[in-house]
Amino acid sequence: MDNEILKLEHVTKKYPGVVALDDVSIGFREGEVHAIAGENGAGKSTLIKIITGAVEATSGSLFYNGQELRNNTPEKTLNMGIAAIYQEFNLFPALTIAENIFHGRYPKKHGMIDRKTMMQEADKILQDLGINIKASEQVKNLSVGYQQLVEIAKSVTRDVKVLIMDEPSAPLTEVEVGHLFEIVERLKKRGVTIIYISHRLEEIFTICDRVSVFRDGKYIQTMDVSDTNVNELICIMVNRELGQQYPAKDYTKGEKVLEIRDLCTDLLDHVSLEAYRGEILGLAGLVGAGRTETARALFGADRYKQGEILINGESVRINSPSEGISHGIGLIPEDRKKEGLVLKLPIRHNISFAHLNAIKRGGIINMEKDREASERYIGQLAIKTPSCEQLAGQLSGGNQQKVVLAKWLFRDSDILIFDEPTRGIDVGAKQEIYRLMVDLVRQGKVLIMISSEMPELIGMSDRILVMHNGKVMGELQKEEFSQERILTLASGIEEDYSGENAG
Amino acid sequence: MKKHKIDLSRFGVIIAWIILIIVFAINNPAFLRSSNIFTILRQASIVGVCSVGMTFVILTGGMDLSVGSVIGVGCVGGAQMLSSGVPIPVAVLVILLMGAAAGTFNALMINQLGIAPIIMTLGTMTAMRGIAYLLCGGFAVYGIPESYKVIGQGYLGPIPVPVIIMAICFAFGWFILNRLNFGREIYGIGGNVEASRLTGVNVKKTIFKVYALAGTLYALAGLMLMARVNSGQPSSGEGYEMDVITGVVLGGVSINGGEGSILGVVVGVLLMSTLTNGMVLMDISEFWQKFVKGVVLILAVSLDRIVQKSKEKAV
Ligand SMILES: Nc1ncnc2c1ncn2[C@@H]1O[C@H](COP(=O)(O)OP(=O)(O)OP(=O)(O)O)[C@@H](O)[C@H]1O
Ligand SMILES: [Mg+2]
Repeated sequence: MDNEILKLEHVTKKYPGVVALDDVSIGFREGEVHAIAGENGAGKSTLIKIITGAVEATSGSLFYNGQELRNNTPEKTLNMGIAAIYQEFNLFPALTIAENIFHGRYPKKHGMIDRKTMMQEADKILQDLGINIKASEQVKNLSVGYQQLVEIAKSVTRDVKVLIMDEPSAPLTEVEVGHLFEIVERLKKRGVTIIYISHRLEEIFTICDRVSVFRDGKYIQTMDVSDTNVNELICIMVNRELGQQYPAKDYTKGEKVLEIRDLCTDLLDHVSLEAYRGEILGLAGLVGAGRTETARALFGADRYKQGEILINGESVRINSPSEGISHGIGLIPEDRKKEGLVLKLPIRHNISFAHLNAIKRGGIINMEKDREASERYIGQLAIKTPSCEQLAGQLSGGNQQKVVLAKWLFRDSDILIFDEPTRGIDVGAKQEIYRLMVDLVRQGKVLIMISSEMPELIGMSDRILVMHNGKVMGELQKEEFSQERILTLASGIEEDYSGENAG
Repeated sequence: MKKHKIDLSRFGVIIAWIILIIVFAINNPAFLRSSNIFTILRQASIVGVCSVGMTFVILTGGMDLSVGSVIGVGCVGGAQMLSSGVPIPVAVLVILLMGAAAGTFNALMINQLGIAPIIMTLGTMTAMRGIAYLLCGGFAVYGIPESYKVIGQGYLGPIPVPVIIMAICFAFGWFILNRLNFGREIYGIGGNVEASRLTGVNVKKTIFKVYALAGTLYALAGLMLMARVNSGQPSSGEGYEMDVITGVVLGGVSINGGEGSILGVVVGVLLMSTLTNGMVLMDISEFWQKFVKGVVLILAVSLDRIVQKSKEKAV
């Protein structure tokens, strides 16, 4: 049992101005599911990258099966049986799902790639994982949730001894997380060691054996999951008191600001909704339900075929995001790397990018104002960075998410759509974001929140619309909220006949 | 709080430049005379003006091969107008508008039809060169009024006028990139088009502005070249695209877009000009000059990479 398959000794990783890992020693036992917990920027992803060889440690050593690994690369470690699902996707967007799953080990017949067998096998794998999509689909057409599922499919079909998962559940909803857990169980039975990173702490208590906590690049301690609980874990992670998870707020439904009537796109089927001042409208549904599509069409990111959008009672036609913005709409997108950030630019540029006119003086961009704006949000959202000049691409995943949020908070739109706002964000920072959302509602803004995290959706929304397959299945008022109710509607089993939504 | 950030990533090229200067200076003391320094600057001026436009284009992730041909049409067309008595301001304006139109046409096709910039501008490069020859039937145009030559040959105090024009263009480029929304949009588009669009950037409009502005700057360079050689040669500007792109890339502008600065480009352009001048002073044959320029490009860029890599590792 105490046979450690993987061991790190005195590992340190320094980046300019940042110590990402500080003299870390940690061991992973063969066949265990070992969680790594810690706030954004604690060094979790860095740890993973050092194990796989994606980045080189500044100092320290790594042992695998008792042997020291030197100069390792992701390719070498993969051949030795260590695979990783990174926080950032590693898929080839232009290739099909099947090609991605079998990349580098395509089934062959007479020395040529056997496409038919590959497609069949891939379809079977997807089916096994409960993924309802064809293996011949190109990856670039998939939503983040599906891409994540493909990532998982890719690594579970390899013959691995150690599988590292960096926030695999972040873009997934309850149902898909269920499939993910089944996979983890299956792998565990096969004796695979799993390193599991997640900011959803309940998950750790569901599937992990042990949990190690990191704080500010330092290894703090490892515990048996059975010896601890969520609250203790949070305490060790954040090293300070956290209050109430969801801020108290009173719900006073104001005037109607937004109305969507019979919106149709390739994926949406007559979607109608209304949003009011003073409320948070939650959109629930499984991956692929059409929540993001609705938001994108409303914002002007995608064209819609049919339907009407009314803002403050006036019918408007929105053809591009810049038009959406000028109608007072802001969309915090779900995919921070692809849609939210310019990774090569400093945090400062990213934060002011949606609202450049606000950092000008006399028609000219004013560096002081620019810096002040970013520094305000760096403080408010506790973005972990040496300065506002740091490139967005050099931040940890959760901190990147905070920069996207900061950009839209700074824009100060009237109608704000949050698409998975807390994806990849640690417990402490989540509370801060919830508090900010409530503040915005108090200021009279209209908030729409898409979230795959059921507790968050229930905790924050005043009203929830549940979608399935591009249709609105029903509307729930606060007193009707329950996980089961939402799940039944979301899975399309039952339509809500209450008719409130007839609209 | 660091206020003045020194961009270390440009170290490689700056070091290469300084080494060159030292080598040339040791070899020939005349190299460092102020008259020679102004010569270097003057020789850099036309490529320098174009490099500002090219920097914009490459920052958006694009490419523009039409530089040399726009210069050619500017030279010939401008010379024809001036020699037939069109007032100087009118001729200048018409040529600048011609450049803007060429750029707008490039952008139109790139935007609306999604043609790759390198292909599209390869087309305009060839077609515009044809226009330059067609305009004059292949014969150089002479008869440019004395007063016009100032643009290419005049001095303001000790400083050649073209050097002043180049300096103004560099300052203008710096200002746009660092102080206007337009500049932020250029970097945004080059770094991530989709994120920029979702942030409210009108991508097509920005691309239009970039190519039109670049075309205008190339036309300005054409006007300068015409004044310098005192005639409109249909072949003028041929091959300039390579010099301009070399200067820009040497200056650290990423060919993938989204990264680089005007200050880097200034160094890149001056380095190339220093190199040419120094080699001429050393009586190095033109064949060798070409070879050496290529090698220097590769060396400087590799040095840059090495500095950057070690910077990532160190700390
Ligand atoms: N390429 C890089 N350049 C500079 N700093 C970096 C780079 N990559 C990571 N860092 C820094 O190292 C620290 C640790 O980052 P890491 O990605 O390991 O955090 P994490 O624990 O995975 O956080 P999250 O929960 O947000 O994903 C962060 O402060 C981050 O800004
Ligand atoms: Mg991470």
